[in-house]
Amino acid sequence: MTAVTKSATDVAAESPVVDGATGAHFITASLQSAKRTVLQFFRTPQLLMLGTIQGALFLFMFRYIFGGAINPGGGIEYVDFLVPGFLATGILWLGMPAATGVAEDAATGVHDRLRSLPIPRASVMFGRSLADTALTGWGLFVTTVLAFIVGFRLNANFAEVALALVVLLAAAYSFMWVFISIGLTSKSAQAATGTCTLLIVPLAFISAAYVPADTLPGWMQPVANNQPFTIFSNALRSLLLGGADAVGLGHSTAYWVGLSFVWCAGILLVFGTIAVSRFARRR
Amino acid sequence: MTPSPIIEAHGLTKRFGKVRALDGLDLVAQTGQVTALLGPNGAGKTTFVSAVATLLRPDGGEIHVAGVDVCAQPKRVRQIIGLAGQFASVEPAMTGTENLRLVARLFGLGRREARTAAAEVLERLGLADAGDRLVRNYSGGMRRRLDLGASLVGRPRLLLLDEPTTGLDPRGRIDLWDAIRGLVADGTDVLLTTQYLEEADQLARHVVIIDHGRVIAAGTPDELKDRAGTNVIEVRPRSGGDLPAVEEALSRIGCEAAHTDMDTQRVSARVEGGADQLRDIVRTLDERNIEVDDVGLRRPTLDEVFLAVTGRPLEPTDPDSDPQPESADAA
Repeated sequence: MTAVTKSATDVAAESPVVDGATGAHFITASLQSAKRTVLQFFRTPQLLMLGTIQGALFLFMFRYIFGGAINPGGGIEYVDFLVPGFLATGILWLGMPAATGVAEDAATGVHDRLRSLPIPRASVMFGRSLADTALTGWGLFVTTVLAFIVGFRLNANFAEVALALVVLLAAAYSFMWVFISIGLTSKSAQAATGTCTLLIVPLAFISAAYVPADTLPGWMQPVANNQPFTIFSNALRSLLLGGADAVGLGHSTAYWVGLSFVWCAGILLVFGTIAVSRFARRR
Repeated sequence: MTPSPIIEAHGLTKRFGKVRALDGLDLVAQTGQVTALLGPNGAGKTTFVSAVATLLRPDGGEIHVAGVDVCAQPKRVRQIIGLAGQFASVEPAMTGTENLRLVARLFGLGRREARTAAAEVLERLGLADAGDRLVRNYSGGMRRRLDLGASLVGRPRLLLLDEPTTGLDPRGRIDLWDAIRGLVADGTDVLLTTQYLEEADQLARHVVIIDHGRVIAAGTPDELKDRAGTNVIEVRPRSGGDLPAVEEALSRIGCEAAHTDMDTQRVSARVEGGADQLRDIVRTLDERNIEVDDVGLRRPTLDEVFLAVTGRPLEPTDPDSDPQPESADAA
């Protein structure tokens, strides 16, 4: 008995003494990281206003300037065709500040500080993804209010609206990891902005988000028909405008919604892995 | 039994592309003191701090922090260190208190403990009055002090400060020095990097001079000054017109490298001997009827030590031209 106790003390004496900080657990660390991002957003009026104003301008432009020249067919008003696609691609425009924010944190030593702390490193980017998705959600909410003001009308029951919300937020969350990955691999905030623009413009415009895909040049159509933002747009249209048949989308509502979730899962898996391993990496 | 050194590094190597940032660096820092890592831009200071802070993995060699192997047990090392990097990495859109509480929570403190710890740290750094203000309204010096506070709020055993005073005005620098001295008095070990010899001289008991990723000299400031070998005599004549005469007189009696500084109106020269030579010099100046305001024998500055050890002067260059490890990491 005594011998056992003694050997245990010996082991303790030999191993280096580490009192030190215990470190936050995953959830606490994630929430603290998220809190910082949210406070940063709401206390920086430029960030807060820029996204909102930009979204409103684009919406008015499509609705009132281009809208007159675009006929979505199938007896659907253009504003009704536009808004689901506009919300889906809103994920892209609203997510861009996440990439620049992450790149800025990397360049100003914030990541070095966080990586030197006794916390699970994955928690930092996880918190960031939650906060940035919440901020995108805020922007999408503002866009939706504006959409109703410019004449958008739903043709859906409560369950369909709820499912549309789930699709939209799932797409926003998974795509947030793309922006975080861009931020982590960019040398500066400016570089991140550049990369984002190169990604966002084709994804938003070579799609069925703003115009029906069959009005695009023939060689563009296979790209447009098979990229995630067309899928998300069509899923939202089916859910919000009275079913895929009413909108004339070819496939069933379940097809578009199901395919949306498959895309979300794929994007999340690939870019979540990239972002987390990139942040945790010891150079 | 002596406690294990707070930092013990052997044969550390790290390459970024073609650049050897660390090239067989050996360093032992004892507990209970400030260790200063001194060297010009690109000497490997930041790379070494990053390796100690578990931010990068050395290619070769080993480091222990308080006896813990940094490569094998990075998590345990993170529990006992605090890092303040080259930039003040506090959040401008949060108040001082909010910043410190956030980091305290990440160190694992509970909500109430975090509040107490944040208040204590603000008080000790003289920022108590500014605690409720947004950091974006702080001066550069206040941000740096808050950043130091953020690395302190978890009560680390070892504080890593990477060029803590770069870019600060003299007032801000002196305030930060006072804060660092206070920490050591309370038993926190500090490793700081600097390109300012005065800073190392002011703060550190143990100074390690590095260049090209290797240690070229180490010791107390006094030991390093002894290594430069010679003392320096300084003479300030009453009349500026006598400066050339003084310089000539000093050279005549065998002082090396007599040098006139027009700004301070002083002539300085390296001398081999001690007080005897000082007496000779005073007598010579007297014989030549040169009136003198001030004459004295002083130890060489660390600047002069660096020059003696490396053969080139240590001058803080433009920080913008500093090649960061990150940019060398591009490949």
